[in-house]
Amino acid sequence: MVQKLDTLIESPSQTAGPYVHIGTVPTYAGLGGIYEQEIGDSPIADGAKGEVITITGTVADATGWVLRDAMFETWQPDAAGKFAGDAGADPAVSGWSRVCADPESGEWTLKTVKPGSTTLRDGRVQAPHISVWLVARGINIGLQTRIYFEDEDNSADPLLNRIEQRPRVDTLIAKRTGDGEYRFDIRIAGPQETVFLDI
Amino acid sequence: MTDQSPLIPRNREMHPVPYYPDYKTSVARSPSLPLISMESTPSEETGPRFGHNKLGALDNNLILNWTKGAAPAVGERVLMHGRVLDENNRPVPNTLIEIWQANAGGRYRHIKDTYFAPLDPNFGGCGRTITDENGRYEFLTIRPGAYPWPNRGNEWRPMHIHISVFGHAFGQRLITQMYFEGDPLIDRCPIAATIRERSQLDRLVAPLDMASARPMDFLAYKFDIVLRGRRQTMFENKMEGM
Repeated sequence: MVQKLDTLIESPSQTAGPYVHIGTVPTYAGLGGIYEQEIGDSPIADGAKGEVITITGTVADATGWVLRDAMFETWQPDAAGKFAGDAGADPAVSGWSRVCADPESGEWTLKTVKPGSTTLRDGRVQAPHISVWLVARGINIGLQTRIYFEDEDNSADPLLNRIEQRPRVDTLIAKRTGDGEYRFDIRIAGPQETVFLDI
Repeated sequence: MTDQSPLIPRNREMHPVPYYPDYKTSVARSPSLPLISMESTPSEETGPRFGHNKLGALDNNLILNWTKGAAPAVGERVLMHGRVLDENNRPVPNTLIEIWQANAGGRYRHIKDTYFAPLDPNFGGCGRTITDENGRYEFLTIRPGAYPWPNRGNEWRPMHIHISVFGHAFGQRLITQMYFEGDPLIDRCPIAATIRERSQLDRLVAPLDMASARPMDFLAYKFDIVLRGRRQTMFENKMEGM
């Protein structure tokens, strides 16, 4: 016998299911008005500093079929790389949002400010990115990924540099489609499967 | 100053397998290539915080919140309560919990639910609250019905309540489900079975808690939730190799 650890283990995940919207985005599910204030509509308020950008995309399954029920959350720092709660962070950037696929087309849109770079405790610098946590029916544990930007210098990013198969890096990089506009498609499996993270 | 030590890596052995053919939808919705593992960064060690100012007085009362208190929902009245803890066995205070569920007949109020069990005009099906200083939370709700769903030939979900918890770091984000003690459908459910170890699935089954039940009013079920913790040793703040 050995001493007993007094630590606990994380509760097991279960799928968010097809009706995740009821609990997270009630108006989308048809429950508008149940809460006075819903949360997550936008990661920015008026007056947020930095470049306002719009990212558009889809979430596809292993067959290439676009999910109509996908919901993901995003988390990011402000344009200076400070997270909400950090000293000096932009008060107009909550940095967190919920994004739903359109129930007809499956396309989603995120309007935010381009995040700044952030520094790890060992001094290495992370290229600007938005963290994503994706849940839906059929996803048994939320999928983590990141949105980087094609027009930033991603060459020294510690996470991107861990990806052995270099063509896969591309799955984490939003493509510029216009002034302040980007495209980012997530593929859960199949050709060009998005890189997902255990982080 | 918030604690921004690294998160303890996820133990994926006790989480559900992503690809589980008996749960058919998971087949095309699970990655086929390995996840990239890395120590957490500020992107995962920070996260959104929510204040009580966002919440309404009835937000954690699913019996009354849909009608704003005008008429109660139909069903067996149940108190769902417990604590949110982290892997270091410490309470997680001031964190947002959201729940959603079917009504007593097993029907969700959702544009996509077409099961013919009737909607309850007095039941919405979602609630939210913030844990107190000791990580405690409470919801008053009705016991959700079991319901059939399209998967294998005759598939029924056990009674369950969906739960979303934030913690204080985006890397702690968790959605899970609470099952009810004694429900025979748990053993037949392919979604519950995505968790390989029965001892881990048992952690999602809430016991009947008569000590918290209120006579002539509601039964109670206790459900504690554990989120990822942070490494705590005094060496965490030193540079590697020093």
